[in-house]
Amino acid sequence: MNSVILGASYIMVHAPDMVIHNGSTQTTERTVNPNSEYLKEIKNNLRTFDQVVGYLPNQVYIGNITPDELAKHEMPWFDKPMEGATREGRFGEIMPQDEFILLMQICDVFDLVKLEKEFVTATKAKLMNHPLFDDGLLGRIKEGEELDTIKRFVEKEHAEAIYNNGVLVGCVKRAHDIDINLSGHVMFENLVSKASNVLALLNLVSKNNINKEEIEYIIECSEEACGDVNQRGGGNFAKACAEVAGFVNATGADTRGFCAAPTHAIIEAAALVKAGVYKKVIVSAGGSTAKLGMNGKDHLKKGYPILEDTIGGFAVLIGENDGVNPEINLDLVGRHTVGTGSSPQAVITSLVSSLDKAGMKITDVDKYSVEMQNPEVTKPAGAGDVPMANYKMIAALAVKRGEMDKKDLEEFTKKHGMTGWAPTQGHIPSGIPYLGFCREDILSGKIKNAMIIGKGSLFLGRMTNLFDGVSFIIEANKGRQEEKSAISEEEVKTLIAKALKDFASNLLNE
Amino acid sequence: MSLLTDKKVIIIGDRDGIPGQAIEECLKTTDCEVVFSSTECFV
Repeated sequence: MNSVILGASYIMVHAPDMVIHNGSTQTTERTVNPNSEYLKEIKNNLRTFDQVVGYLPNQVYIGNITPDELAKHEMPWFDKPMEGATREGRFGEIMPQDEFILLMQICDVFDLVKLEKEFVTATKAKLMNHPLFDDGLLGRIKEGEELDTIKRFVEKEHAEAIYNNGVLVGCVKRAHDIDINLSGHVMFENLVSKASNVLALLNLVSKNNINKEEIEYIIECSEEACGDVNQRGGGNFAKACAEVAGFVNATGADTRGFCAAPTHAIIEAAALVKAGVYKKVIVSAGGSTAKLGMNGKDHLKKGYPILEDTIGGFAVLIGENDGVNPEINLDLVGRHTVGTGSSPQAVITSLVSSLDKAGMKITDVDKYSVEMQNPEVTKPAGAGDVPMANYKMIAALAVKRGEMDKKDLEEFTKKHGMTGWAPTQGHIPSGIPYLGFCREDILSGKIKNAMIIGKGSLFLGRMTNLFDGVSFIIEANKGRQEEKSAISEEEVKTLIAKALKDFASNLLNE
Repeated sequence: MSLLTDKKVIIIGDRDGIPGQAIEECLKTTDCEVVFSSTECFV
């Protein structure tokens, strides 16, 4: 039987100081043009935590409003905060930077995260009110260091500085004197990824009443790499995150594939459960600091604030078929293969034509979840509306296949598509953001199925010029239909009565 | 003679638009020289 989706969580972390100090656009600018106007202006154009919480696409990401509700609001959204918005969401939460810095220390098992005493005291009091942080997690927070000690680590020992509200509050020490794979910078990025992943796991457990001890396997699918000089990227984030989150019976491994990795990972998880290897598997990922403020220069040029100011994370629980939750149909997996080619038309054709195996038309799929990037982030930067470009390509393919009239192209993008809402965090917006809503939409009968598409820019790793992508179908659980078609007690009685009657008449004839 | 005759071309494709390889393919019908081609990702 097909595996099912039992729950999904989505978290964000507001990280304004990390935009300035750790986003690759800003660190590159500081190297090549240290006196640039952009670097001077950026700190005046960062949003407050309340503005980030009230931002409509962020409220969609954590599940408080639906993509359909977002589509009713015209852009720009950044100047139309949602009234009554909260940091807690149905699927997860938005965490402020100071609490997250403490979470980084909670996730550090090598005593690399050093935090200033007063900052720890003030922020720990906040975190103690957080419902997901028990004594076990809070007990991992250390008392703190003198500021001079932290300054010495940063200035003399190559530690990566941690700032909050423009003030130095801590650092991540290098984990080796010479090995660049364990430098302060790399350890910082990896601990951010790990901590945001752990936050997603904690929310998944809490929001879905999961027994942590039942989790057998975790597939981590972010875009970071942890390892040392002898095995850069050796891993394993999955087990490291499971340890902090308290999944004592789980092991796991990392799957990589740029933005396509989460979709690959869901297919792997669904297959492992369907094959009976594990009963419950989590697919999860933390976010990226390098991508913070990636398109910041264009945002400022257009009079927008820095919109890429949040780190993303998610976790999805896949389990055995319970006869209720939506199924992952592994018979309809789409693949961009080595021989597919790189044109956008070839890419979409390879991912969508898996429907042919079931004799389905493109219009038979109720919703397509593609690259769900927030268009308010990408349009000012000249990258256009990415989800819409994908929907138009799918619609054009439907027209080409003779399954739809050309005049219905625009209607298709509305009916089968969605307005994007996810932060531009690479793997985070790729197909996966819809899984939480998709599960609910299928359970409520609003839709019967959906296709999740993940695409990845493999060429960025300079190992191949190839692109990549995979897709799968989620559909309503067939369990109930089978119940309906199963033989009822009355029918069984009738069949037995008929058999006995036939037997009796045979005896009489003899 | 075409617009691209004897020209050296730098291609920067967009992962969510037209990739570099696809632009390269189109330019094979002209007599320009592609000196650099890559596809970038902005998301």
